[in-house]
Amino acid sequence: MSQITLNTLSTEMDEISAAYTAAGGDAAVLHKHELASLVVSGNKVLNANGTEGIVLEKHETEYGVDIKMTIKKGYKIPLPVHLCFGLVPKDGLQEIKMDFIAEEDSAVELIAHCTFPNAVNIIHKMDAQMLIGKNASLRYTETHFHGSHGGIRVIPKAHIKIEEGGSYYTNFSLISGRVGYLEFDYSVDAEKDSICEMVTKVYGKKNDKIKILEKISLNGENARSVIKSRLAITDDAESEFRGITEGHAPRARGHVDCMEVIQGNAKAEAIPIVRVDNPLAKVTHEASIGCVDKKELETLMARGLEEDEAIDIIVKGMLA
Amino acid sequence: MSRDGKKILRGINLEVGDREIHSIIGANGAGKSTLAYTLMGIQGYEHEEGSLTFDNEDISKLSITERAKKGITLAWQEPARFEGLKVRDYLAIGAKSNGGITKEELRDALIKVDLKPDKYLDREVGEALSGGERKRIELASIITMKPKLAILDEPDSGIDVVSLKEIINFIQALKENGSSVLVITHREEIAAASDKASLMCEGAVLRSGDPIEISEFFKNRCIPCDSRVSPPKAV
Repeated sequence: MSQITLNTLSTEMDEISAAYTAAGGDAAVLHKHELASLVVSGNKVLNANGTEGIVLEKHETEYGVDIKMTIKKGYKIPLPVHLCFGLVPKDGLQEIKMDFIAEEDSAVELIAHCTFPNAVNIIHKMDAQMLIGKNASLRYTETHFHGSHGGIRVIPKAHIKIEEGGSYYTNFSLISGRVGYLEFDYSVDAEKDSICEMVTKVYGKKNDKIKILEKISLNGENARSVIKSRLAITDDAESEFRGITEGHAPRARGHVDCMEVIQGNAKAEAIPIVRVDNPLAKVTHEASIGCVDKKELETLMARGLEEDEAIDIIVKGMLA
Repeated sequence: MSRDGKKILRGINLEVGDREIHSIIGANGAGKSTLAYTLMGIQGYEHEEGSLTFDNEDISKLSITERAKKGITLAWQEPARFEGLKVRDYLAIGAKSNGGITKEELRDALIKVDLKPDKYLDREVGEALSGGERKRIELASIITMKPKLAILDEPDSGIDVVSLKEIINFIQALKENGSSVLVITHREEIAAASDKASLMCEGAVLRSGDPIEISEFFKNRCIPCDSRVSPPKAV
């Protein structure tokens, strides 16, 4: 069954399309009939376009939208599904509830842009439940843009369950403009033969505050995971990273990798936590916090770059 | 230049001529790499006494960037790795102050170090490259910069022996393109391909002159010498 709904309010659609572009998205994809897409501005669904194999249900609430997206059993969605969540005004509250199900043997890529280009006093909350069915695959890229004021609190929370043989790749990126306050909290339960890769990349400036909590429980035999975090903070920004991986089953393999670059008066804390209660499981971790690598910096300066330019290139590479 | 009260470089009197390939040879610990870092102005290797001139200009107080902008650059023995930085962008950095670089020049630079452009241009200069690949990309970055003085710290290390001829060709190509080259090496073949060589021992330049003679002196006098900094292991 495919459910297709179009609900376009032209002025708001134009504004959110511009904001989507500011976040790095290509607004044209939101208007292509052959691509599945969902555009939510505040608590209004401006555009919802499903394609075969995708069931998209949405319900507008007082401050946001409840969404249920199901990828039907056996469907491999050939083109990415584009999602846009945002608020164009300077202030407001947006609450998104997402119930996502990738049924057995399905595959999909979601590309989400969350854009708040004028944020001065905004709260954006997301609460997601995601189920990756047996041998199903979800690739999820989420790019945020919060404008230049730093007046935003973004609180995304998700629980993901990956069933046997399923795979989940996620890449959360917030590297342009200010962060404001970010409290990122994702937890994953990974069953037998599943794969999970979680990547977060955030660039904090001025008095931005970044809290990242990622937890993966490798519950099933041969489940594998990587948590990779790349943070750069400068000025008076602060960051706190906790990456937890638990190995509960034979041949479960996990790795936590956190690298943070700090400059100015920034403060960073990184705590990789590994817990293993099965002797055949193995979880490793690495974490580094410091200034830009001296040899990298001097190499670029020896090619003629000023120190600031060299730092910028190194940090942008790390966050690319 | 000194560290922990000990002179690391002392009484260095060295001149590299225009479009000259000048080899620095010497035992491990003789101060060869320290000399390279000091010439480039690397932090922790600041020059303390005497003069340091480039194109008749005192550069002793200049930063790394300022020296690079004058046309001096350095290829490290073990090059840094850059997460997320593509080879094409890395090679373009050095060319920025020379008006940029064309796609053809990028490709040519990789071909000159025996790397296939289509395979490498969009790869990261990161951990996924082998030591030899990374080293070749470092040498390609020297080509794209077109420096007046290229300081190469053991350009052959990490590259297989059969490629030694390519390294020599690379050094000679730099000269033909207008660069002077100061090359730190343990390889007799590289020294032999130089216009001039200097022998370093315990932070000092012992002698400079014909590269064959300097190499012979090194082999016959320095290697058996008991007072060298890093004596050969007993067999």
